[in-house]
Amino acid sequence: MSAVLRAENLVRILPGEVPVTLVNDISLAIERGEFICIMGPSGSGKSSLLYLLGLLDVPTSGQVWLDGEETSRYGEDDLANRRLEKLGFVFQFHFLLAEFTVIDNVTLPIRRLGRLNASAARARGLELLDRLGVVEQSAKYPHQLSGGQRQRVAIARALANDPLILLADEPTGNLDSASGGTVRQILKDLAHEMGKTVVAVTHDASFAAAADRRIGIVDGKIDADWRPG
Amino acid sequence: MRIQLQVALTHLTGRRRQTLVSLTGVVLGVAFFLAVSSLMRGSEQDFIKRLVDNSPHITVSDEVRRPRTQPAERRGIDGAVKIRNLKPQTETRGIRGYREKLALIEAAPGLRVAPVLVGSAVLTFAGREEGVTLSGIVPKTMKTVSTIQDKMIAGSLDALDVNPNGIVIGTGLAEKFNLGLGRNLTVVAASGASRAMKVVGLFRTGNASVDETQTFTLLKRAQVLFERPNRVNRFLIQLDDAYAARAVAHRIEDATGDKSVSWVEASEDILSVLVVRNIIMYSVVAAILVVASFGIYNTLSTIVLEKTHDIAILKSMGFHARDVRLIFLFEGVIIGLIGSLFGLAMGAGLMHVLSLVQIKPPGVSEKVFLPIWWGAQQFALATAFAMTSCILAAWLPARRAGRVHPVEILRGAA
Ligand SMILES: Nc1ncnc2c1ncn2[C@@H]1O[C@H](COP(=O)(O)OP(=O)(O)OP(=O)(O)O)[C@@H](O)[C@H]1O
Ligand SMILES: [Mg+2]
Repeated sequence: MSAVLRAENLVRILPGEVPVTLVNDISLAIERGEFICIMGPSGSGKSSLLYLLGLLDVPTSGQVWLDGEETSRYGEDDLANRRLEKLGFVFQFHFLLAEFTVIDNVTLPIRRLGRLNASAARARGLELLDRLGVVEQSAKYPHQLSGGQRQRVAIARALANDPLILLADEPTGNLDSASGGTVRQILKDLAHEMGKTVVAVTHDASFAAAADRRIGIVDGKIDADWRPG
Repeated sequence: MRIQLQVALTHLTGRRRQTLVSLTGVVLGVAFFLAVSSLMRGSEQDFIKRLVDNSPHITVSDEVRRPRTQPAERRGIDGAVKIRNLKPQTETRGIRGYREKLALIEAAPGLRVAPVLVGSAVLTFAGREEGVTLSGIVPKTMKTVSTIQDKMIAGSLDALDVNPNGIVIGTGLAEKFNLGLGRNLTVVAASGASRAMKVVGLFRTGNASVDETQTFTLLKRAQVLFERPNRVNRFLIQLDDAYAARAVAHRIEDATGDKSVSWVEASEDILSVLVVRNIIMYSVVAAILVVASFGIYNTLSTIVLEKTHDIAILKSMGFHARDVRLIFLFEGVIIGLIGSLFGLAMGAGLMHVLSLVQIKPPGVSEKVFLPIWWGAQQFALATAFAMTSCILAAWLPARRAGRVHPVEILRGAA
């Protein structure tokens, strides 16, 4: 079985007077449809790893394979195209565009990709919002929504172009336990019922318990023995 | 609608007050540009029109730009022997073979030509003497190249044909002599020949020196008086297209060898002053638009700063740097377009108001309207200036926005 996402000896060093090593020689492989949790102490390099896996950041050395393609030779625009078509991001803070309605936020990536016309893009956006249970909010602005609703809209937007992989950085970190539970269930269903690959960074033990596999990161390295608490 | 355009519009409508201020700058800049430049160009054209209408478009004279080579020089003995104190051959002055040349010039399309023999003469009347310029003309052709016929207040040029001893003088001279139509005066040429002539026409151009010193008689009479039979020393030429004068003058000079001076060449100093005036004027009105563009720069820079997170999100989503730059360039273009549109309307309004203003320039008896040029070029130029400064003003913020690195923003926010 081929990995949909694979990292080989990833190193990310922030250059500077005192260079900071964010990610220190990480290799991993993630299969299609897996629900993976990345855990570890604060400042251990989880977000940094996620940015590298999501082609947002470029490693100092090492390679990332996405859907069988080695990405180190790609330029900025090529990486942006891969993000647009194959990846979706959800962050701790919802990061919706405040001046756009919910539905406009969700259709942004669809319209940038340009494969659907305006009405088809809208229909797809509404379908996603419906699946995430926030279709009634489609005409509202983000500030009129609750935290959990916003995060569901953010997930809908991440799914807009039907990506292979969903990357989430502490998606429940900012939510109460009820909303957090809903989001967790949504991500789990995406992996197990929709066949999406989900990679989520979390501090939440109950969230981690729902995952198929947990990867512990300490000081920028994989630590198989690491357990929360 | 393109998504980049929609984001741009959202940014602008989201900061309505600042957008309006930037917009106002462009509107005022464009309106002012239009009003000032249309007035300046209008007065320039008014001035050139007077220049063109009141003087021949081309004057061909019997002078040559390079002195004729003397027979002795033609022998080619310049090298070994140097001849000094060469006495030039005496020639009868005037355009040589003028009938052939006249026919040649007349054959060209789009022009009218009149042969003239100009000389100096002294008029005497009742013991008073006045030196004048006496032009021998053919009334039929003179009327086609000169506005003098329109300036006649008594008698006419045609009266010269009826009365070969007739003379047409200006009102300034008539006042000096205190005489009127039908009176006789004596004309004395430089050669000493004199003749009694009858005033058959009076003109008033409004230009004092013309009205006091220019006089006209029949060409044949002038040839006799100046003792230059069958000669003329000027061709006055009027063109359908005054702006072709320079080229036509060159052609005529090449064909005839006689010095042909277009009004453009004759008024070169004045025209170059007008060019300088235009440069100054356009610099000033363009400077207003530059100032307006600072407002746009300021607004867009603020938006870029404020929207850094949005930009990071768009880029993390897969927007290219180019898409982000385009968003902010669109914002500049939108402000430029709307600003130009309202600016053109307001400018046209200002131009209309200005065109109703009457002034009384010194030395002119009647009130005149301010000359406003409504040429489309003016509108196009104002728009082009406005759009250019808006796009330039948007360029720097757009470039900065394109460079936003999503990871740096995400790290900062985490
Ligand atoms: N701009 C920077 N300059 C210097 N060090 C940085 C910078 N950004 C991050 N770091 C350091 O890099 C390390 C990894 O950061 P990262 O955000 O990946 O950790 P994390 O595991 O996501 O932490 P958290 O759980 O708190 O989100 C941290 O020790 C952090 O202090
Ligand atoms: Mg983190």
